[in-house]
Amino acid sequence: MKRRSLIKAFTLSASMAAMGLSWSLQAAETIKVGILHSLSGTMAISETSLKDMALMTIDEINAKGGVNGKMLEPVVVDPASNWPLFAEKSRQLLTQDKVAVVFGCWTSVSRKSVLPVFEELNGLLFYPVQYEGEEMSPNVFYTGAAPNQQAIPAVEYLMSEDGGGAKRFILLGTDYVYPRTTNKILRAFLHSKGVADKDIEEVYTPFGHADYQTIVANIKKFSAGGKTAVISTVNGDSNVPFYKELANQGLKATDVPVVAFSVGEEELRGIDTKPLVGHLAAWNYFESVDNPVNQKFVADWKAYAKAKGLPGADKAVTNDPMEATYVGIHMWAQAAEKAKSTDVDKVREALAGQTFKAPSGYTLTMDKTNHHLHKPVMIGEIQDDGQFSVVWETEQPLRAQPWSPFIPGNDKRPDYAVKGN
Amino acid sequence: MLRFLLTLLLLLPMASQASEGEFFLAAKPAEQARLLDTWAAQPEPGRLALLENLQAGRIAKDDNRKVRLNNRLRGLIDNALASHRLLSDDSATRLAAARQLQKSAQPAQVALLDRRYASEPDAAVRAALGLALANLQLGASDPSVRLAAVRLLGETGDPTARTRLEALLQPEMETDPTVRTAAETSLAQVKRKLLVGEVLGQAFSGLSLGSILLLAALGLAITFGLLGVINMAHGEMLMLGAYSTYMVQVVVQRYAPGALEFYPLIALPVAFAVSAGVGMALERTVIRHLYGRPLETLLATWGISLILIQAVRLLFGAQNVEVSNPAWLSGGIQVLPNLILPYNRLVIIAFALAVVLLTWLLLNRTRLGLNVRAVTQNRNMAACCGVSTGRVDMLAFGLGSGIAGLGGVALSQVGNVGPDLGQSYIIDSFLVVVLGGVGQLAGSLWAAFGLGIANKLLEPQIGAVLGKILILALVILFIQKRPQGLFALKGRVID
Repeated sequence: MKRRSLIKAFTLSASMAAMGLSWSLQAAETIKVGILHSLSGTMAISETSLKDMALMTIDEINAKGGVNGKMLEPVVVDPASNWPLFAEKSRQLLTQDKVAVVFGCWTSVSRKSVLPVFEELNGLLFYPVQYEGEEMSPNVFYTGAAPNQQAIPAVEYLMSEDGGGAKRFILLGTDYVYPRTTNKILRAFLHSKGVADKDIEEVYTPFGHADYQTIVANIKKFSAGGKTAVISTVNGDSNVPFYKELANQGLKATDVPVVAFSVGEEELRGIDTKPLVGHLAAWNYFESVDNPVNQKFVADWKAYAKAKGLPGADKAVTNDPMEATYVGIHMWAQAAEKAKSTDVDKVREALAGQTFKAPSGYTLTMDKTNHHLHKPVMIGEIQDDGQFSVVWETEQPLRAQPWSPFIPGNDKRPDYAVKGN
Repeated sequence: MLRFLLTLLLLLPMASQASEGEFFLAAKPAEQARLLDTWAAQPEPGRLALLENLQAGRIAKDDNRKVRLNNRLRGLIDNALASHRLLSDDSATRLAAARQLQKSAQPAQVALLDRRYASEPDAAVRAALGLALANLQLGASDPSVRLAAVRLLGETGDPTARTRLEALLQPEMETDPTVRTAAETSLAQVKRKLLVGEVLGQAFSGLSLGSILLLAALGLAITFGLLGVINMAHGEMLMLGAYSTYMVQVVVQRYAPGALEFYPLIALPVAFAVSAGVGMALERTVIRHLYGRPLETLLATWGISLILIQAVRLLFGAQNVEVSNPAWLSGGIQVLPNLILPYNRLVIIAFALAVVLLTWLLLNRTRLGLNVRAVTQNRNMAACCGVSTGRVDMLAFGLGSGIAGLGGVALSQVGNVGPDLGQSYIIDSFLVVVLGGVGQLAGSLWAAFGLGIANKLLEPQIGAVLGKILILALVILFIQKRPQGLFALKGRVID
């Protein structure tokens, strides 16, 4: 008797498994999209929330009926902050999972690592983070800022009367490609504004540097020579000890303002922001931006974080790369609808000139030729609640200049995407 | 009638204050800046409250939204407020105000400073005011005033004085040759004073880095140094200590907000207990099976460290958690004009030394310490004498882990608290223990402070990245020369 019931149970479960199989066969009618963000390792601190944001956006699109009548099916992989693994995982997404598009990467080195794979297999990557430019691949769409959409307006602001009229600059960064290239551009830009080399100091620290005593002491010394501002491309969680040291050594934002290009709401979650009030960050979006689209965006994200039980959901924040992810996925969906296909070449064509009403409060346009978004630039001051208040913004979105005119030789580069450069 | 007039008179300045505030709020930023400049030059006692409220961000507009200030306005508000506070009756307030004015005073304030300087009764405030005034008088038309100002500035060690005096050395800036020579002597004086501050500052930051290295490495000095376990999970014990601090902070915040100031003290025993508990559990379940097999231990503990990192990531999320410094650990003490010693670093240096002392006492003055030393020196003989070696191993490993937990509490006050916290300290910890000589507490102490100071001496010369590389190269060379480290055990003790 017992055995019989066991057999029954077995056949039942087998038939259920078969049903499940037929379900998954039906599910082949979905469109697969890849999500390539580190969920472990050093970059997990920044990239995990982008993965969740991508999943939320996909849910949102599916709730409205998907793309071309088909549901989107996310394929999440974890490249574990390991740059060669990024290339492997992207190859797997494109050849085995046959995804229509990939959303992912944060650091420039990971993007450089997957680039040959996407160009070889003619894949499509949406890259959501501000970066140093010097790249324009036909297989990548860049929804983050190029240097002229973030770094240069920020320095112009610092030099203006409202920004404190800085005369001397410390370019402080983590030692890798993004800060080095950005600082090269900024140095050339400062020269063009008449700032001499003796008034510019470039300082680099290793990844994960935690002891900023000497650097802060040097900043103090340097700032005695005239109104000084610090332009920080310090990456990731090294910012916390840097800001703590600034506060403890009594350097206030009114004396030496620090403008950061990699510090957003998400990073400030790990810091007690009271001593930081007045320091600046330049982005294309802040959570505090006040408009109906953003209110809905922030509310949706908070509800999503709570519903999915994400860690720290009660303090969930949105930030610029999350907004860029959101905009990128929506733009891709619109272009796929317009092209009535998810074929890479057709979608690429449809993406040119695509527009989307973004949470930043502007209608963003994908440029017709250069694969970058036209973005507004905002400069925000850190508030004591971990949010930013916008103190300056551009009047309209700026067109990206991925080939910065401040790097010699770039004037000969074509203004459209070409493989292998 | 008279009373009515009196109230009116009393009300009048108040009304004008209110309207001044409203006028300020309604103005555009450029106009606000001009207003603040005028206020700074002509302070009025009634305006003090308005400026104080502005500085503290307590003023809201009609629609209940905070007034937006930028850094320029904040600076001007600080300056104007200092002007107003010069009128205060409290000499400490006046002194602080005069110090602020040394940094920020504008030429328009000369007349005010002159007046206050003449009527100031307190000597310290008078001296501070004199300096603030001297900064402005460098541009005066009368050479004798300039000369006096230059001489006065030579007495300070203020970093900005240096730039001001350097500007005077050019003949086109300063026409009077006597003032120029005086500026030269003053400049030399200022430079000498600044140099003292700089050297002291470097020494202090070296000590501070050393104390942090010491706290990070001390637990490892026991687990690796005494027990010989190549403990790659040591960094995660630091991390657990830091997360315990965070948990204590959260709990205290919820249930006893009044005690929040002292939560790091409550966190100490908790962090010790948590890390020691985890350490002992690890020792009993994994590590004890691997004694004498260094390669397997290395791989196993590395695996454990990955498991612990991912577990914390699942539990608390990949983002860093916020561990705030209590007020008594924020800020610093001003020793020289260009030298501030932050409180958190001072406390950590003292704490590191206290932990070393306690550990030393524990190992050399207690029965447990005696057993630990016996077991590490000759396991079989100790077992023969009735020492339960398994229990001693467990307790010693727990002690090492617990001390790492204490280190985690201290690290949470200077750096980040995230799942990867331990990873950034593990290399440094091994460096300290190996350099100091395995099995030697004193060696770790000297190695930590030595590395810290060497690092801080090199950093300004060649940068943080190269400095780190050079230190590593030097340590490797040193180990080549002396494989036993700084303090080698001598005699029969060595196997």
